Amino acid sequence: MAFAVALLSRTKQYTECPPLMEEDKYIDSRQKLEIILKPMEGAEETGLIIHEELCSGCGNCVVACPVNVANDPHGSGRGFGPTNEKVIFRVENGKVKAANIEECRRFGKDRILCRACIDPCPTEAIEFV
Amino acid sequence: MTEPITWTCTGCALLCEDILVYIKDNRIEKVEHACLKGKARVYGCKHAATSTVDQKEVDVNNAISQAAEILEKAKNPLLYGWSNSTSEAQVAGIELAQTLGACIDSTSSFCQGITINEIINGNVPSCTLEDVREKADVLIYWGADPMSSHPRHLSRYSYFPRGELRQRGYEEDRTAICIDVTQSRTAKISKDMFFCIPPGGDAEFMRALMDGLAGRVPKLSFDFDIKRILELAAVLKKAEFGVIFAGLGLVYSIKEEFDLISEFMSTLNRFSNFFLIPMAGHFNMRGFNHNLHEETGYIHRVGFTKNGPVSGVEYSVVEQLKHGADAVLVVGSDPLASLPLSISRRLKDIPLILVDPCSNLSTRVADVTIPCGVSGIEVGGTATRLDGKKMDISPLIQGDGLSDEMIVRRIIEEVS
Repeated sequence: MAFAVALLSRTKQYTECPPLMEEDKYIDSRQKLEIILKPMEGAEETGLIIHEELCSGCGNCVVACPVNVANDPHGSGRGFGPTNEKVIFRVENGKVKAANIEECRRFGKDRILCRACIDPCPTEAIEFV
Repeated sequence: MTEPITWTCTGCALLCEDILVYIKDNRIEKVEHACLKGKARVYGCKHAATSTVDQKEVDVNNAISQAAEILEKAKNPLLYGWSNSTSEAQVAGIELAQTLGACIDSTSSFCQGITINEIINGNVPSCTLEDVREKADVLIYWGADPMSSHPRHLSRYSYFPRGELRQRGYEEDRTAICIDVTQSRTAKISKDMFFCIPPGGDAEFMRALMDGLAGRVPKLSFDFDIKRILELAAVLKKAEFGVIFAGLGLVYSIKEEFDLISEFMSTLNRFSNFFLIPMAGHFNMRGFNHNLHEETGYIHRVGFTKNGPVSGVEYSVVEQLKHGADAVLVVGSDPLASLPLSISRRLKDIPLILVDPCSNLSTRVADVTIPCGVSGIEVGGTATRLDGKKMDISPLIQGDGLSDEMIVRRIIEEVS
């Protein structure tokens, strides 16, 4: 159970489990895990994944993100494009991009399950895994 | 990386003026803050139009002369399009219509023209998008899906941003309401304030809401929870600054009884403070209405007769194409792609002149094609935002083609 929790919080990889990798009777389980954990590849440290193919560049997340608003109150907070580099979300070439991920409320030991960027996205282009 | 240029986007009628564009050697490298529509606009045509007469490539001067000849010979020419042109080109188009004694109409004829007419004539109160951002607390998207048609509408002006009187933005200070026939992207944002009505049920729903506002029990012929209408009426009554964004869904549904809109607004404003903004699509659709209104007193569907300008449904692009026009000049529109086949079919029987930067379905059949610079990218000028605010448009890069205004002015010179 402890290993499963570590796996979900991404402090351990499933490849670190010797029986799973070495014993033939766990081949099915290993393949299932690979499928389940596939979406987590390429995720940021907070688990953030942006599905660029779904994004319309509307900028709802840019304006709704509380970190963007706090770090750029007169830009992102007022509906404009970000005016500095301290923001998490910005739209480039019609697609949202994430940076400064360590500023995210979901980052680090005292993280909270903030959904401020997910809920306003009409195309479900933002996901946390 | 080069220093960015701040640019006003002409991707839709929101005219976002905070776009950053990086240009190197007259080529666009990157665009920031623009949505996908804006990005597509910045990068221009996939296939540029070429100047042709009878589908054969010719010099642009020959194409202009041929266009002038066709229009001069025509007894009843129609000038159509204009919503993707700067106001300067639109004014030139109106002048050409006067010179030719032609009919002139724009895409607003079957779009938001009817709503803009009510606003220009003072029958319906309207406000600016800045007012919306600073003050609005109740937003109704009625028959409109700005998350698809104007992607930055909610983030830039209406729902998400913090405003002067709405410091807590969407989280606490604003309510988004969506009334539509389908669960659109905007409806998803509105969550439990989405009211799904049957197609064509807008007028009935509006009357039911008016009943709710007046304290009467609403009656509906379709299945709908009356309690929800009463709850909505209560939200509208409490609004300090409410805005209705009227989409084409609403306009098409109630166009036969459009007076209902002003009646509804009057009823609402007996209890609260509501304004209406039409969701114009093309970047300068509203500009054409204002420019034509200044010249003639009408917003669209105008015929320049011996007795002066007259307006009526018989001068609309639809009626003129069905029977009437014997030559058509289209500026910045693709009639074969945007009009129903039953109407656009007649374009094969009459001379069609197309002024457009891009190759499209109509350029494949046009008798004369004259390529022009892309407005807002290669050509500057002014445009009118969907709320009626005039904006300056600066060109981004140096183009090879003439502007649509210059082409129209050259035609005027040749026919005068």
